[in-house]
Amino acid sequence: MSAATLAGLIGAALVGLGLYGLITNPQPMRKILAFNLVGSGVFLLFGIIARRGAAAGFVADPVPQAMVITGIVVAFSASALAVALVLRLYEVSGGVTLQSDAAEGPTANKADA
Amino acid sequence: MDVTAIPTVATTGGFLLGLAIILPVVGILSSFALGGRYAERIALILMPAGLSVAAAIAVLLWRAGEPLVYVLGGYAPPLGIALRADGFSAVMLLTSAIVISCAGFYARANFATPQGVKEARAPFTFWVLLQAVWAALNIVSLGGDLFNLYVALELLTFAAVPLVCLDGRSETLTAALRYLLFALCGSVFYLLGAALLYGAFGTLDIVLLADRVRAEPAIWVAAGLMTAGLLAKTALFPLHLWLPPAHANAPAACSAILSALVVKGSFFLVVRIWFNVLPSLPHETASAILAALGSGAIIFGSILALKQERLKLLIAYSTVAQIGYLFLMFPLAGGPHAWAADAWSGGVMQTLSHAFAKAAMFLAAGLIAESLGHDRIADLRGVGSVMPVTLFAFGLGGLSLMGLPPSGGFVAKWLLLKASVEAGQWVWAVVMLAGGLLAGGYVYRVLAPSLASGDIDLKVPRQRSREGAALALALVAVLLGFAPPSFFEFLQIGRVVVTGGPS
Repeated sequence: MSAATLAGLIGAALVGLGLYGLITNPQPMRKILAFNLVGSGVFLLFGIIARRGAAAGFVADPVPQAMVITGIVVAFSASALAVALVLRLYEVSGGVTLQSDAAEGPTANKADA
Repeated sequence: MDVTAIPTVATTGGFLLGLAIILPVVGILSSFALGGRYAERIALILMPAGLSVAAAIAVLLWRAGEPLVYVLGGYAPPLGIALRADGFSAVMLLTSAIVISCAGFYARANFATPQGVKEARAPFTFWVLLQAVWAALNIVSLGGDLFNLYVALELLTFAAVPLVCLDGRSETLTAALRYLLFALCGSVFYLLGAALLYGAFGTLDIVLLADRVRAEPAIWVAAGLMTAGLLAKTALFPLHLWLPPAHANAPAACSAILSALVVKGSFFLVVRIWFNVLPSLPHETASAILAALGSGAIIFGSILALKQERLKLLIAYSTVAQIGYLFLMFPLAGGPHAWAADAWSGGVMQTLSHAFAKAAMFLAAGLIAESLGHDRIADLRGVGSVMPVTLFAFGLGGLSLMGLPPSGGFVAKWLLLKASVEAGQWVWAVVMLAGGLLAGGYVYRVLAPSLASGDIDLKVPRQRSREGAALALALVAVLLGFAPPSFFEFLQIGRVVVTGGPS
């Protein structure tokens, strides 16, 4: 098994694990961590594509590397924004969960039930 | 296929495309530099400027008759990044400019910096984010590179999410968090799809990619991932769970922008992927799935709208339903058929008319909620006699949602209906007619008690200028119904027409 295949499999595993966490965990903090796990898997995939030099037959293609850097910045900002929201929600309401729809507001959740 | 006919060098007036994006960004930066109450002034000054740029782009495009292109920094794709404006982009730019201007004008009363205070948190945040949403929407409309569009999509999300929770209540924070998590999940799928496309074809430029794509597993996986991610952001049924609480609990001006424009941004990218990147591949099955989900959204969203007790939630569920109509263009507007042009125009018209109608309805609902201190539909008796202009604006918006003539919504649904009958795909026609009836039902549910007589004491005096903002948007939605044939020719500029091929 080549290094690229191994990295690809690890990337796929990370995406799968992250997605599972994103769907099954009701706690926002865990969801944020799971999102970062999916992100890592995707970034690993970009790394393999850069190594393959798909675009112009380079030894290593610089374009996917530039994309990964941008992607990491975006994922970092997204996590920061999400954590800020979680902290604020904790300050205001004293607890953080997305499990029940009760937090949507007393008048809001009727039709969602 | 005539995609290759689109030049990869800058066309005359192409710099305007850059200007449309730079203007709001300059506004954001100078708001931070000057701080405080200047943010509002800067935003209000930039609105007419941005509107003029959007209008100038539309005029140039109309004269040229083919897409405008601007190559950033003079580096041609695949190394550089191109901005492109076709008919759909130009009308998206105009719609964003008009809706944001009206919503900004309306929001002055809610987000004024108090006298004697140097800077207040909510107003400052609102005016900066308003310009950020605008900048992001303009990049989404003009971007010609799928990775660039990913960044634009993220900017749009980051600007839109805090608009939901400006008041800092725990319900709105929860709604914003749920929205953000859905959006993040969507964007990571989009990025994964983009990575696969780049790996398979070595470019993400839309025009170059359209030339290189072949029917192979990588492209179907990539297209599936990107579409699924974008659907989560567009809130297409069954991924709509985040939308009603987020749109219904936000301040009225924010709800208008979120419902009218932000969900259209990700829809626009779905259109770009299927009609600009993959038009040459057979995609009947994928289109049918998208339209089936759209049909589900129309029926399910409308029925839930009928059951709501709060006005703003009713309007939010109606957004879920109206988003469904947008996806009915997918099985009809592709391929070399005669009805494809009509279906394309219908889809674009639905995007525009829903944007104007829904923004008008949310602004009107905001005025009603402010004046009454609540927005319970059962207690709206007498609103029609004390706030006639507001209710009129709401009613005109409702007219367009139902698809009754004369309105933009009527033209949109008529074109889609005509295309689906001509194509022999009757099922979409049935769904559209049922959706129209249900929309009539939920608009009637609001209008009937409002027009009944009843005693109401207003908590705040009538605000004529803000009523005017809602009415202006509603009138645009109606006026779209009188669009001349040349307008539909304009919408066709840059549409990729597949001649021959397997479809």
